[in-house]
Amino acid sequence: MTTIRDRWNNLSRPAQWAVLVPLVVLIFFLPDLNPPIIATTGTDFPTAMFDVARYALVAIGLNVVVGQAGLLDLGYVGFFAVGAYVAALFTSPDSTLHKIPYLWTLPIAMAITMVFGIILGTPTLRLRGDYLAIVTLGFGEIIRLLADNVDPLRGQIGFQAVGTVGGKPLFADATTWYRVVVLIIVGVLLLVGNLERSRVGRAWVAVREDEDVAEIMGVPTYKFKIWAFVIGAAIGGLSGALYAGKLGFVNNQSFDVVTSMLFLAAVVLGGAGNKVGVLLGAVVVAYLPLRFVQIAEYNYLIFGIALIILMIFRPQGLLGARQRLLARGRQAYHRLIGRGEQVSGESALSGDHGRVG
Amino acid sequence: MSASLVHTQSWIQFDVSGLAEQFWNNTVDGLAQGGIYALIALGYTLVYGVLKLINFAHSEVFVVGAFATWITFYLLGFRSGATPDLSVIEIIGFLAIACIAAMAVSGATAVALERVAYRPLRNRNAPRLVFLITAIGASFAIQQTLKLIFGLNQQPQIRLLQPEPLFKIFGAQVTNIHVILFVAAVLLWFIADYFVNKTRLGRGIRAVAQDPDTATLMGVNKERVIIVTFLVGGLLAGAAAMFYMMRIPQGAIYNGGFLLGIKAFTAAVLGGIGNLRGALLGGFILGLVENYGQSLFGGEWKDIVAFVVLVIVLMFRPTGILGESLGKARV
Repeated sequence: MTTIRDRWNNLSRPAQWAVLVPLVVLIFFLPDLNPPIIATTGTDFPTAMFDVARYALVAIGLNVVVGQAGLLDLGYVGFFAVGAYVAALFTSPDSTLHKIPYLWTLPIAMAITMVFGIILGTPTLRLRGDYLAIVTLGFGEIIRLLADNVDPLRGQIGFQAVGTVGGKPLFADATTWYRVVVLIIVGVLLLVGNLERSRVGRAWVAVREDEDVAEIMGVPTYKFKIWAFVIGAAIGGLSGALYAGKLGFVNNQSFDVVTSMLFLAAVVLGGAGNKVGVLLGAVVVAYLPLRFVQIAEYNYLIFGIALIILMIFRPQGLLGARQRLLARGRQAYHRLIGRGEQVSGESALSGDHGRVG
Repeated sequence: MSASLVHTQSWIQFDVSGLAEQFWNNTVDGLAQGGIYALIALGYTLVYGVLKLINFAHSEVFVVGAFATWITFYLLGFRSGATPDLSVIEIIGFLAIACIAAMAVSGATAVALERVAYRPLRNRNAPRLVFLITAIGASFAIQQTLKLIFGLNQQPQIRLLQPEPLFKIFGAQVTNIHVILFVAAVLLWFIADYFVNKTRLGRGIRAVAQDPDTATLMGVNKERVIIVTFLVGGLLAGAAAMFYMMRIPQGAIYNGGFLLGIKAFTAAVLGGIGNLRGALLGGFILGLVENYGQSLFGGEWKDIVAFVVLVIVLMFRPTGILGESLGKARV
């Protein structure tokens, strides 16, 4: 494991790209290849792949909050729901609002969920740790209950024909939807990756590792925590809007706490703070129940037990967050030492501060 | 979005006269419901006081107790349908058996949870977030196991005790169930409070809550104290489950603990987490506020009231009304 990681870190940027680009292309065309062992038997393969991609996008968004800034958010599904409802309200014939083309709802959904992120973050981000987790859980439930109770949101009846333009869905087949989401994921990964290497990303790492020290060192922690929340929220909202558009139907049934926990399981399982890790986690959480339909009934049980076992034996997840030099430090390290930087697997989830008992 | 929301008025009400009319009914009902919250909240508070851990799986400890109650009734030969004709002595006897069974099962679950999930983490000095995620995983695992065994639907209700009006306070009907729930909550809280404050083991709990290392140096067996803490919390949750089933006989359902758990946690935070008196006070206040809110805004807003209370309390007074103080020197 370490040797592969070292070798990867020793590669130059173009060499890394030379590996990554074909990989992305392969993933992009996966539904067409329909590989025999990987293909799902119970569900339509492109649809299953879309679901996996949707989870991956959610995991990247949640990873900004949980993995990079170290804020445990148990109500992330709330942002996802807001995104889905924005898409539904602006495109479904069931809503009384003015209709706009579906693609316009994606940026609008992001903007509105960002506002929700600020609304939630401003009061709650003064709290820390477990309290923050419980308040976000409460927030997720409030969003769900609002969807139940506020009549214009149509409760369980929901919105039909979301994302249709002139009576027709935007993309006819699931494969196209999958490709769109994969492209969006690549875009979001680039953005988030750049953020990670920027001042914002360094501030997040500092907050995650030790908030008090970060504050003392002059990091405006509160501001950057809100930024993490808002950016995470926007990605969640985008994902929700895509989900609504693909499914064509939104009601109050798919935004419960269990879904929130599943999102969190994807991030924690894969390795909070590691982009590749959370993608892997999302694939595990979304793909395995679809591929092995016989375990689908047990999937929550299995993830519950997996979380316990993982936290005992490998709290940093399958691929842990890497503590590495950010930005220019990389080249400097290369020039000085002549090899890739040393990385350690320590993170907020495996460090030894804030112990219990 | 806002344009359409403003024009629709029917989905939320602001019914002050309804609240005035229902005030005493709400008060009686709120105190009974609050008693349940208080009993569950005691479990959260004890564990938080000792370990600084939100035992997220405590709601599942409660649900297991609800199932144990139901199964006990079933094994005793009761079925859903008409309430059987029993003498007072018989009712008390059967309820006591169910209560003991529920307490035993819940207590055992809580201790098992501590041994399987939390102790390995403590031995590894894991950080706090890891504990919370483990707790979530444990909660998932217990919930899903119940779902696999008992299915998706709630168990058919078995009632041993029919609610009967006893007397009236300001026009509000007080039933025997209301009285039992209120008295049971206060009595069990009193026993728990006595146990923690007056007994040798309780002194150990307070010592570990105050300073685990020093307590260990002073000869307190920390591991045993932690087990006892989980056990007491579990026993109280089991008793709470039995009394809850008295009020809501169809309460045995696999995911029935989630909302109650969050509300009980809210109650614990409201009163001051880590503080036994706070748990009782917080439970009653939350029960009351929730019921008043229900009359004011309409029944479907009941749960939102609880969550809003939680958010507001955490924002403005995270230490709660009475403050956090299991470990602090106390009167």
